[in-house]
Amino acid sequence: MGDSASIVSAGSAAADATVPSKVTSQRHSRLVRITHWITTLCFFALLVSGINLVISHPRFYWGETGNVLTPPLFKIPIPSSRALVPTGYGYVLPDQNGWSRYLHFQAAWLLVLTGLLYAISLLFTGHLRKDLLPSKSDFSWGVFSTQIWNHLRFKRPSEAEAWSYNVLQRLAYLFVIFVLFPLVVWSWLAMSLSFVSAFPATVTLLGGQQSARTIHFFVSVFLVLFLLVHVMMIFVAGFWSRMRAMITGRVSAQREGT
Amino acid sequence: MSLSRRKLITGGIVAGTGVLGLGAAALIAQKYGLIPPDHGGIYGPGETLTYAAQRLLTRHSLAREFSRSQISKRPVPNEMAPLNDAYKSLQAGGFVDWRLAVDGLVDRPATFSLAQLKSYPMRSQITQLACEEGWSYIAEWSGVPLSHVLNLVGVQPQARYVAYFSIDPEWWESIDMADALHPQTFLAYGLNGDELPVANGGPLRLRLPRQLGYKSVKFVTKLTVTDSLKGFGKGLGSAAPEGGYAWYAGI
Repeated sequence: MGDSASIVSAGSAAADATVPSKVTSQRHSRLVRITHWITTLCFFALLVSGINLVISHPRFYWGETGNVLTPPLFKIPIPSSRALVPTGYGYVLPDQNGWSRYLHFQAAWLLVLTGLLYAISLLFTGHLRKDLLPSKSDFSWGVFSTQIWNHLRFKRPSEAEAWSYNVLQRLAYLFVIFVLFPLVVWSWLAMSLSFVSAFPATVTLLGGQQSARTIHFFVSVFLVLFLLVHVMMIFVAGFWSRMRAMITGRVSAQREGT
Repeated sequence: MSLSRRKLITGGIVAGTGVLGLGAAALIAQKYGLIPPDHGGIYGPGETLTYAAQRLLTRHSLAREFSRSQISKRPVPNEMAPLNDAYKSLQAGGFVDWRLAVDGLVDRPATFSLAQLKSYPMRSQITQLACEEGWSYIAEWSGVPLSHVLNLVGVQPQARYVAYFSIDPEWWESIDMADALHPQTFLAYGLNGDELPVANGGPLRLRLPRQLGYKSVKFVTKLTVTDSLKGFGKGLGSAAPEGGYAWYAGI
């Protein structure tokens, strides 16, 4: 069987009324699915290596400089992989920065290139307008409050809703794609001594190299929070059906007699 | 079968073009010196992309310089391996016998004392030293630009890298000629108006403000100009990749 799915033979009448009649169409395009899973892979590589890098200096500062001789903006109360850092713990963790830095940058490159491909496709496929930008009717208090209420009590969405994102999802995805993702890349480049030698505004606009590091940390925390909510919602909506949709592209697989 | 002949042919053309394109890119990158010595292994692609991209964007750009008021109150004395006997005996003599040897692809191999290096026009820069761990400080570094010393010994045209060695045999690094001839690459002997303290690499440190601290090797005693890094250590370019760290540390 290739890309064309078989016609659904049976199903609940209520759902069939709203599900597109031709189930041959896909919930997620091949490009969205491939970029999604590459992003997932890169995200975990960045998260693991990023945590290692934080452990080598779990102190954060604001401005141009910061070190063990200057007061931190805040500290993370964990042991460190460097004896230089006064953590209060009587031991030093093994150094993981070598491979973590290699992995962090390699995953960052792959993610940025994947992100660019996705961003370009947004313009040409109508994915942005169709799937991500909220429609006019979404901007009503009724729609909004219903969605928030549904989310707060973890209401499992109906099958019809599997075909499009609701307004909260749309806003969350837009925020990740157009705010958090660009910010994390920007603050990454702002920490590069060599990059900012050619483009100094990259770092001065953020308030200095240590500010860039602190921003990079907080944006990463927000991205992890997004991931947690994202995964939790997949469980609420039905883990297997959503996973299947993002892997095979089809939504109504459970009704194909499997 | 859904895999038609047309799909196979199209796929073949795309794959073929891709392979040819990658091959051509590799050749061009090699020609323009965009391949780092630690390009092998699983992290090679990312490392090569970083080095190539930064070489293209930042070949001549100057590291940010700061005002005197931005100088950190104390330059951080980082953790450091214990000083060896060779160092201690030179230290006992007030570094009078400290020598910097320059050899390799040069017309006139030479040895310089600290007094000789200090007799050349002194340059200063107020730049940031950033460690790969995340901390940083700003200080005023004084010394002689590496390019001045390289011009004195006469670098031969086929030179591509300068390898530099600490008195601690475990610590050596190398840089490409773009960094070696860069005006802010110093043989530094002064910090914030004083002699360079031992804790910060005194009496002589190779200061490279566009890369992370570990490339600024402390206690430098030797420079070797070369066209290939294969013959040095494990051939990965410097001690850093041998210890699992990237050779290029511009990021």
